[in-house]
Amino acid sequence: MLVLEQLSKTYEGARRRSVLHGIDLHLAAGEYIAVMGESGIGKSTLLNLIAGLDRPDAGRILLDGVDLTGLDDDALTQLRRASMGFVFQAFHILPYLSLAQNVALPLILNHVDEDEAAARTHAMLAAVGLEGREESMPRELSGGELQRVAIARALVHQPKLLLADEPTGNLDPESAAQVLSLLREQVKTRKAGCILVTHSQAAAATADRIVILTAQGMGAPV
Amino acid sequence: MQAAAVPARSSLRLSRPALFLAPLAQHKGRLAVSVLAIALGVALGYAVQLINAVALNEFSQAVRSIAGEADLEIRGPRAGFDELLYPRIARLPQVAVASPVLDANAKLPGRQEALRVLGIDAFRAARVQPALIGDARGDTLELLRGDALFLSPAAADWLGVKAGDRLAVQVGLSEVNLRVAGLLRGGGRERLGVMDIAAAQKLLQRLGSISRIDVRARPGADLGDLQARIQSILPPGVMVERAQGEAARNAELSRSYRVNLNVLALVALFTGGFLVFSAQALSVVRRRAQLALLRVLGLTRGALLRLLLAEGALIGAIGAAIGLIAGYLMAAAVLQRFGADLGAGEFRGLHPDLHAEPWASLLFFALGVLVAVAGSLTAALEAARAAPAQALKAGDEQTAFARLRPVWPGISLIALGAICTMPGPVGGIPLFGYVAIALLLVGTLALMPRLAGGVFGLLPRPRGAGAQLALAQLRGAPGQAAVSLAAIVASFSLMVAMAIMVASFRVSLDDWLDRVLPADLYLRTGLRGETAFLSPPEEARIAQLPGVRRAEFLRIQKFMLQAARPPVTLLARTLPADNPGRGLPLVGASLLPQPGAPPPLWASEAMVDLYGYAVGQVVELPLAGESRRFTVAGIWRDYARQHGSVIIERERYAALSGDRNSNDAALYLAPGASPDAIEAAIRTALPGGANLEFGSPGEIRARSLRIFDRTFAVTYALEAVAVVIGLFGLSSSFGTLVLARSREFGMLRHVGMTRRQIGAMLAAEGALVSALGLALGLALGWVISLVLIHVVNRQSFHWSMELHSPWGLLALLAAALLVFATLTALASGRRALGVDVVRAVREDW
Repeated sequence: MLVLEQLSKTYEGARRRSVLHGIDLHLAAGEYIAVMGESGIGKSTLLNLIAGLDRPDAGRILLDGVDLTGLDDDALTQLRRASMGFVFQAFHILPYLSLAQNVALPLILNHVDEDEAAARTHAMLAAVGLEGREESMPRELSGGELQRVAIARALVHQPKLLLADEPTGNLDPESAAQVLSLLREQVKTRKAGCILVTHSQAAAATADRIVILTAQGMGAPV
Repeated sequence: MQAAAVPARSSLRLSRPALFLAPLAQHKGRLAVSVLAIALGVALGYAVQLINAVALNEFSQAVRSIAGEADLEIRGPRAGFDELLYPRIARLPQVAVASPVLDANAKLPGRQEALRVLGIDAFRAARVQPALIGDARGDTLELLRGDALFLSPAAADWLGVKAGDRLAVQVGLSEVNLRVAGLLRGGGRERLGVMDIAAAQKLLQRLGSISRIDVRARPGADLGDLQARIQSILPPGVMVERAQGEAARNAELSRSYRVNLNVLALVALFTGGFLVFSAQALSVVRRRAQLALLRVLGLTRGALLRLLLAEGALIGAIGAAIGLIAGYLMAAAVLQRFGADLGAGEFRGLHPDLHAEPWASLLFFALGVLVAVAGSLTAALEAARAAPAQALKAGDEQTAFARLRPVWPGISLIALGAICTMPGPVGGIPLFGYVAIALLLVGTLALMPRLAGGVFGLLPRPRGAGAQLALAQLRGAPGQAAVSLAAIVASFSLMVAMAIMVASFRVSLDDWLDRVLPADLYLRTGLRGETAFLSPPEEARIAQLPGVRRAEFLRIQKFMLQAARPPVTLLARTLPADNPGRGLPLVGASLLPQPGAPPPLWASEAMVDLYGYAVGQVVELPLAGESRRFTVAGIWRDYARQHGSVIIERERYAALSGDRNSNDAALYLAPGASPDAIEAAIRTALPGGANLEFGSPGEIRARSLRIFDRTFAVTYALEAVAVVIGLFGLSSSFGTLVLARSREFGMLRHVGMTRRQIGAMLAAEGALVSALGLALGLALGWVISLVLIHVVNRQSFHWSMELHSPWGLLALLAAALLVFATLTALASGRRALGVDVVRAVREDW
């Protein structure tokens, strides 16, 4: 489903910094992989490139055969809207929207009929254990609950690809375990491909496979 | 297990509007301030527009009722023209009926305001101006009786008289008693008295003279042909024009003042736009990560841009709607309390009814929305251009402030502004002058981040952690200065400009009064009435009184040079024989005509602007039905008349016109003579002397300056509103900025800074940014004042003036604003420091 071919990225500036070099990766539909690596090695950059939020210097990113590097900003935005979901370390739940509104955001942006959006939002919140909390505001929730909302939002529009950047970085171990379990369960249920970027061995252990990002490229753990 | 019910979609509010309504509802305070600013600006502009419009409408209605069904109007000097012209016009084959009118503002003893008296031929007027026919209650002859005066209902109310009462009118210095015979059938709400034309000529000592002929053409007659035919037989200074020309001229009389007042009222809206700019810029910075998230989730750049502009439009729409209601109520209250006169004096005495004008409502609503959308544009573009991945990161909001935009847009706008000071007025309005001011303002604000970066970069490192951090923050985020200070720089610079312009005007007026009031005592027969005058015997008795060393008399008449323009004032005065121009407040070079050349004339600056007069030029003036040639010997400054005036020697005027009366006198007293004693002697010596008005130069100066201050009271009030909006903007932007930085303050508290240190840091930031803004506002205001003085004022009122800056007042004002700004920063800081520091560092927003 997702293929990265010889992906490279260098940041120009006063101090030239090469963060990714010759990255190759294949991700199948329904596959859940964890990407690990030391800080500053380019894990977040990799996710940004896959999401179309940044441009590689070389290489190709193919999502279901479509080369993302050839698309303009609007096309990438449309693709992201329809085919990708995101989970962030800092949750990024909009504080001025209710839980239902936060989860429904991708559906609103994808112009899903409002009745259907309401039904899917309700179902998604139920799936992440927040049934009946539709009208709650983010300030009423704990960190673990906020990340559940984020997972619900990431999956509600049934994306092909889920990108999760340190989703448990702000959570206590117990909440982290619950969130990771939920993430895996939902990804598998919905047959979405998932790339989890993490420093945590425990988090990575929930994935189908782990890849290590190094200055030389990407490889399996030793 | 029973499935949980799916909530109704309305409860989820899953719609796009929720995306932009929700954040607005989240920050009700910011929303309220922005809405209030727009509302205030719209309200002021709309109220001024409504008041001026109803006053003009009232004028038009009055003119319509007086002109009646006339197709053409023939007008001449206010003193009138030969009545023998009337039969020549009436006999023209294309003329169905012609109605002669004698029109004079009659001085009423003991009253400041004059009563407009029309002398009509009732039989002719019945066919052209039926509204002017009095209700004679069956006695048609009453319309022709010599002492019968019919009043409009408004005049009867004003004078407190009814049918059968007597009313005294001053003619010369004497009082003539008229009988109120009844009310007019029409006449609108104008204060108007109508009597038989022959009686009026006799009463007002204008035998053989009429002021106007209203003409109704035969059906099918070509009005253009008839107009040309009539014009060909009219003497110089008498003109024919389409009916309603008087309404246009009345509009012209006060147009410059009205337009300037409208523009000034719109300054408040303009400042409100800058407040919206600040508020939206800060709101977008504060929501940077949230907006980036929407971009990540799939909202296109265009959609985000539209979303944020829609926010601005919504603010503008709510503000404009409130503003229209408030403006209407404001206008109603002003009309109720003060009438329709907003200071220019042209609409004095009018108390018309108010009604909302659909097009004006629509225009001001659109202006409110447009200003708010324009204020949101920069912030919306910035948000739409931001890279989402970067903007999602905590702390990225500072990059929005750190970015320095290129200087060329700001410099280009300022250069364009400078160019816009050069063209002349458009239709008598200094349109390019206003555009120049707007461009200078926006251009300077565009340069503000650069200027802030440069100035803060030059400051030495202060002592104390708080001050050091403050300076570092300002150096690192120069864009913050522009955002925080947009509204206050706009309002303060415009206030400085207005203060300098008004001070320059006032000092120049004071100097001018010194020049034009050299005598010891002045007397006049009446300010507004046209029927009071001094006759030659009365002049002689004044001049021969013991204690009067010299008496100079002045005759004031009005004549027309162009039909479309208000009349020009002719001042015929006694001038020194050796050097007639001496004592006149001349500007620029002057000359004395060569022997054999036409006699001299001194023209006001308005004559230069409106009629192209120049020193040395030979010009023609219509005097007593003849065209007379004069040489322009000099240009003088006339702050009393904005539509043009000329001075000629009185003896020459009397010889050319036969008019030997005068209106005013300047008396030079013998050493030791008391002005009070001379005044008493004149009142005793002249029959009707009690009706004369006396004034010492000091009293006249004080009265003139009082009128000046009253005229500018409205402008000060409007300007004060703009400054208050600017202060709101400052307060709001400081508050938002500080809240946006709560994470930073939390971190600083974590690393050991005390609340007091953070407070000091914010106070230092507030003081530094405000000081820069005020200094910039002062400099910009000075430049704008030059545009106001030399472009806007000159093109509007045709008055030049010397530059005088009230530095003391401006310094005091700047100091007060600086203290206010610093206190605002401190108050905002206290609120921000109330936030739990642990929570502040944990939360992303």
